[in-house]
Amino acid sequence: MSATGTTAPPAPPSTPPALTPKELGRWAWRQLTSMRTALILLFLLALAAVPGSIIPQSDVDAIAVSRWQDAHPNLTPVYDALGLFSVYDSVWFSAIYILLMVSLVGCILPRTRIYWRGMRARPPKAPRNLSRLPESRAFTLDEEPSAVLDRAREVLRRRRYRVDVATTEVAAERGYLREAGNLLFHISLLVVLVGFALGSLYGYTGGVIVVKGQGFSNSLSQYDDFAPGALFGADDLEPFSFTVDDFRVEFLRSGEQAGMPTDFSADVTYTGVPGEPERTQELAVNHPLSLDGGSVFLVGHGYAPLVTVRDGEGNVAYKGPAVFLPQDSSFASFGVIKVPDALPEQLGFEGLFLPTYGFSMETGPYSRFPDAIDPVMSLLPYRGDLGLDTGEPQSVYELDKDRLEVMKRPDGKDFRLDIALGQTKQLPDGAGSITFDGVERWVKLQVSDKPGKELALGGVLLAITGLLGSLFIRPRRAWVRVRSEGGRTVVELAGLDRSSGGDLGDEIDELEALIQRPAPAQKEKP
Amino acid sequence: MTPADFASFSNNAIAFASVVYVLALVSHIAEWAFGRSVPAETSAVEQPVAVGAAADAGASYDGAAAADTGTAEPDADLVSKAENVEKFGRIGVALTVVAALLHFAGLVARGLGADPARVPWGNMYEFSVAGAFGVTLIYLVLLRRYSLRWMGVFVTGFSVVVLMLAVLLLYVPAGPLVPALQSYWLVIHVVAAVIAAGAFAVGAMASALYLVKARAERRADPPTTGYVARLPKATVLDRVAYRVHAFGFPVWTFAALVAGPIWAEYAWGRYWGWDPKEVWAFITWVVYAAYLHARATAGWKGKGAAVIALVGFATLLFNFVGINLFGSGLHSYSGLD
Repeated sequence: MSATGTTAPPAPPSTPPALTPKELGRWAWRQLTSMRTALILLFLLALAAVPGSIIPQSDVDAIAVSRWQDAHPNLTPVYDALGLFSVYDSVWFSAIYILLMVSLVGCILPRTRIYWRGMRARPPKAPRNLSRLPESRAFTLDEEPSAVLDRAREVLRRRRYRVDVATTEVAAERGYLREAGNLLFHISLLVVLVGFALGSLYGYTGGVIVVKGQGFSNSLSQYDDFAPGALFGADDLEPFSFTVDDFRVEFLRSGEQAGMPTDFSADVTYTGVPGEPERTQELAVNHPLSLDGGSVFLVGHGYAPLVTVRDGEGNVAYKGPAVFLPQDSSFASFGVIKVPDALPEQLGFEGLFLPTYGFSMETGPYSRFPDAIDPVMSLLPYRGDLGLDTGEPQSVYELDKDRLEVMKRPDGKDFRLDIALGQTKQLPDGAGSITFDGVERWVKLQVSDKPGKELALGGVLLAITGLLGSLFIRPRRAWVRVRSEGGRTVVELAGLDRSSGGDLGDEIDELEALIQRPAPAQKEKP
Repeated sequence: MTPADFASFSNNAIAFASVVYVLALVSHIAEWAFGRSVPAETSAVEQPVAVGAAADAGASYDGAAAADTGTAEPDADLVSKAENVEKFGRIGVALTVVAALLHFAGLVARGLGADPARVPWGNMYEFSVAGAFGVTLIYLVLLRRYSLRWMGVFVTGFSVVVLMLAVLLLYVPAGPLVPALQSYWLVIHVVAAVIAAGAFAVGAMASALYLVKARAERRADPPTTGYVARLPKATVLDRVAYRVHAFGFPVWTFAALVAGPIWAEYAWGRYWGWDPKEVWAFITWVVYAAYLHARATAGWKGKGAAVIALVGFATLLFNFVGINLFGSGLHSYSGLD
């Protein structure tokens, strides 16, 4: 704390001498490591964390970010420049917590040195006038002064004071571990930060959608989205692989909360290293698959309708599952089917998959229930060029409609296909047909590896240990002085609380009672 | 009893608890109304705190004894008012205990009312009911230790408001848990969060009253009667606030920075992902850390620290209300569509 400079007499009107670089450096260091600066940095940290909870973050939800950017084309470049889509690794957020950590180190180092000295120091001698201390008592006893002093020493020792005895007084101090706890807490925060940094530098998180029955092997090309740490290389991916054998989901079928999922789980067969024997495990929420170099988590699920598309020449141009993404808790899902092999023109479909078909005049087709009871696809067919050959990357969940044309009914309206399970519908103008063969489910899996997480956990636990010490250990000093007066012994007892908020009065009361009473009363009971 | 019976029993118990909280609130208001004209020295509220004999505070609550300590005027009217203060204060505490028992019964029955039975904090309604119980519980546990009866009117008022909002706005019928919540970490994480939040709420009340009292004490001649005069001394309020916060902070650290991340690691594959709920839990933690530092910094002691504590509680409330209802993060378990 840097309150030292403020007591100087009013400065003369002349300009003060310029600081040498060394002095300036020392001044800056003292400012940075002051408690006041630490406080301000803490506030800044809290404030700086706020935007990340309001503006979508690319590390948290990349889809939400692109949606937001589409909706706010003017703000996007500004926000981008400020790093607002990635607040927690932006320059300014990092600057705040790095400054805070420097300030913390600057605070810990000198305090550790002081603590080291203080820990080995003896309790300070009794002040001349004990009655001036915050808590003091005086009483007379009929015993010899030395006997009282011996007892006082014993009492204080038993209460875990460090005790020094002089001829007519006892000086005692306790609670040395408070500062140790304080230092431990702050050092542990550095440990947590190191653990967290290891995870973000050398770790990775990837997401992949796997349709039931299909497999996954841990390489970059297999991921739908992949967020590597700054120092993570694609070669660092461990070569594990797995197949999703089965997936089960239960929904509440009745009651007021019907439609709420109650349980979902998947069975996977996996190998840690190619060539090793295969094993199976059930994967569920809160129950991940832990492998060397990564863990696999079940984070979501949805529907992949199985369709067969025949082109205008009658050939099967597409057959298989198409992943549709759920839009809400009714699992009405949006998706596209791209048929690049269709002749003479490429075909595309876009629309909804409704696991349990319902219809109302207000909303049109909707899903009444999340389970696949009466599945229907409601699609708009397109023809033309899917744009897959342009070389530009394209989302598999969207159609690039630049060179596509929606098919029309004879009356000029869009040709909407509502296909129930098992049905085949013909496309207009002999463009082909589409068959809804079945419904498969997919699971969204998250694969991630965060080295240093044990370190971070250990750090937090140590920090709590230190915190408890620094909050609940009460550092105190106590002094007892005896003198003879008219054949009796006058005892003076006083205490000093070295932390705020301690109930020193109670402690001194108890000490007084113990010193006055020679033997503990309860020992005499049978 | 079938789960449906338990569920309707829970609703009734919560309704009765609300009514009893209202009665307790009325009783505490009567306590304050009678005490308005009683000089603070005569009032029983401050006495045990002033002598610092927290352990036998119960004895000092005796009405006659409290009146006897008044050295000023042995006015019969004042003595009878002081006795009324004492009487209504005790009734208020007794009613709060009854309400808390009903509240607890309602909470337990809510858990048994779901099929299969589960912990009664799986959606926003249940979080609110459990949170209000946490506040009442912390208050009742610390009542004698810190002589907190002056807080009764605020705690019961708080519980009434929260339960009313929960029943009127947030109610959803008892049902099973969504899969993400099916973990024993739900018990550990949420219990710790509720206890810490309860402590922070009690601490916020003490800090707010500290600001009021400290302002009154700074005046040239502080009044000896009236509502503010009946509050404990500012130093006492400050100390109570500090102790409750000092208890809440490590518990919050555990709830938000240990139990939460461990569960998140199991459920979502990352222990910390800057989800809005996590961000605000972190902000709350940082603000309360600032409170603890401020109490040890010259120029920030007292008023500054109390304001920071209130800011901390505001971030906690925002996290609970704002993020649950309007947020889109992984923690949106309000159960309301």
